[in-house]
Amino acid sequence: MNSREHILSEIRKLKLPKSELFGIPIFGIEGDLLDSFKQAILSNKGEVISEDELIDSLQSGGYINIYTPLDQYATYSNCDLPEDPHDFRNLDLAVVRGHFGVAENGAIWLDDTVLAHRVLPFITEHLIIVLDQKSIVSNMHEAYSRIGQEYSGFGVFIAGPSKTADIEQSLVIGAHGAKSLRVVMLGKEKEKGILT
Amino acid sequence: MSHPIQAAKFLEDKSNAKWHDETLWFVRDKRDTSSKGIPEWENLRELASSIKDNVLSNLDSYLVEFEKNAIKNGIKIHWAKDAEEHNQIVLSILKEKDCKAIVKSKSILTEECHLNPYLEENGVEVVDTDLGERIVQFLNQPPSHIVLPAIHLKKEHISEIFHEKLQTEKGNNDPYYLTQAARKHLREKFLAAKVAITGVNFGVAETGEFVVCTNEGNADMGVHLADTHIACMGIEKLIPKREHLGVFLRLLARSATGQSITNYNSHFRSPSEGKEIHIILLDNGRTKQLGREKFRNSLKCIRCGACMNTCPIYRRSGGYSYDSVVPGPIGSILSPGIDLKKHSSLPFASTLCGSCSDVCPVKINIHEQLYEWRQEITKAQSSINAKSIAMKIANGIFSTPYAYKLSGQIMRGSLKILPESVTYSNLNTWGKERDLPELPKQSFKDWYKNNGNE
Ligand code: SF4
Repeated sequence: MNSREHILSEIRKLKLPKSELFGIPIFGIEGDLLDSFKQAILSNKGEVISEDELIDSLQSGGYINIYTPLDQYATYSNCDLPEDPHDFRNLDLAVVRGHFGVAENGAIWLDDTVLAHRVLPFITEHLIIVLDQKSIVSNMHEAYSRIGQEYSGFGVFIAGPSKTADIEQSLVIGAHGAKSLRVVMLGKEKEKGILT
Repeated sequence: MSHPIQAAKFLEDKSNAKWHDETLWFVRDKRDTSSKGIPEWENLRELASSIKDNVLSNLDSYLVEFEKNAIKNGIKIHWAKDAEEHNQIVLSILKEKDCKAIVKSKSILTEECHLNPYLEENGVEVVDTDLGERIVQFLNQPPSHIVLPAIHLKKEHISEIFHEKLQTEKGNNDPYYLTQAARKHLREKFLAAKVAITGVNFGVAETGEFVVCTNEGNADMGVHLADTHIACMGIEKLIPKREHLGVFLRLLARSATGQSITNYNSHFRSPSEGKEIHIILLDNGRTKQLGREKFRNSLKCIRCGACMNTCPIYRRSGGYSYDSVVPGPIGSILSPGIDLKKHSSLPFASTLCGSCSDVCPVKINIHEQLYEWRQEITKAQSSINAKSIAMKIANGIFSTPYAYKLSGQIMRGSLKILPESVTYSNLNTWGKERDLPELPKQSFKDWYKNNGNE
């Protein structure tokens, strides 16, 4: 018997009583989603910036190698998409689009459709994610129902810059992945007051 | 060496022990604050526990479903009944890829299989890439905590190791400086490795995908640069559907460190073009544990470490005192199931205060299982006493004369050492021993001798 058969038959031999699978009830969150999301990004040691600040950053000359797959910022991109992702090793700044953000924890969903290479948001020294203001969902349950059965070979929730506390529990930003995360909220904020 | 003896060693350095205790309590405190921010926290724990119940009661069909979907996604699946087979599979993939150096991200499972020494013996350089794991690897030590691998070390010590291994400035103990040195060093390793190994936090039967969570981004740096990704996964890591990830990701980081989510939660479903993903599904005693009704629940564990951070014994005795890949309360119920000879003192390394069960995100009845293990052990001992020397095997657990080694001496050892060690600081209300069983003055071994044996 090979190991597969062996393991499966060991389990089947036990004849365990079946237990039911319960559905997930709907849990919402209180308060304004956009505010909660921004707050969560800050607690994760990320930053929320405006589109003007993004443009300033791109123009500042502070970043030598910039890559973005986004058309609207293509003029600032000064690297071509390399065939080999290793060639991103000296990348200073990447700007990518996120699909949506999660208010309860600041997590942003990215997948193969927005990442030119899977390693891009990790290998870059600094990362900026642009996000539609209206794309914020309340919590992880809503996040997964939004992803639904969509197929992507790779997908990731990114919630902040790379960090570690492995030395005496002191928080250090910038372990192996991007040393900073800035999030740009695009589009109009939802109207809060009454229109005059 | 038994837990009480190791614990006494850890406590020799009083100030370090105090720091360890307070730091872990601080992490536990962050977990409390974070969980209190979620009104439905208790519902989530119930839900997570019931989802895992469902998984454990249908494990065979979920495994088959997972395998089928993963293969459809272009992933290669391997099955390993034990650590040895697991390691051989890894090595055979490395040989096929002609790979002599790999990067590995935090995987308790590969520790369990002692993969590193096996690969090194076979001429493969293994680099652990989680900062804490790299630090302990430099010291040839195993991790002392499943989430905070280097929590037993002070920065001065780490600075010394880095000075020696990474040529950092002597005496520079700044955590930022040291982390940057490790970042630079490990970048080289990431860029050079052709094969990367990771563990798995969750495997989803419905989609055949698996999820890996890190804060540092080391798993992703490794696998996306390598040509081949090997994911090592215990068969109990499955969950039925993608939507269940929502429940577990809400619980995991909050329980582990108090963060609302880990930084990077990567979902691997199919390899990118020209690359390969392999999953090794490992049993190594898990099906046995599944068959032990009283201990089955321990397989629900999502390795958050909360039970360690809260445990008054763990905090005051350090991870190494358990001499077990998974230390702390959960380790003390998992490890005796794998190797009772080695781990029989562990169920006694507890005050049975129940704090572990209170914080566990999947509601494992840890302290009750600790108590059950004690019952098994005590039962064996009394039947030995009653029935002369013929080793009466209780529930088939004891198959060697080890029973008498773990009897009186060790338990009396705990009684002798624990109360003073546990009460050295007044910080904790659990400083009092509450539930160690009354023991006869004469040990079984002595009794054995006095009755004309040996
Ligand atoms: S037993 Fe529970 S608390 Fe302990 S590590 Fe596992 S999931 Fe976390």
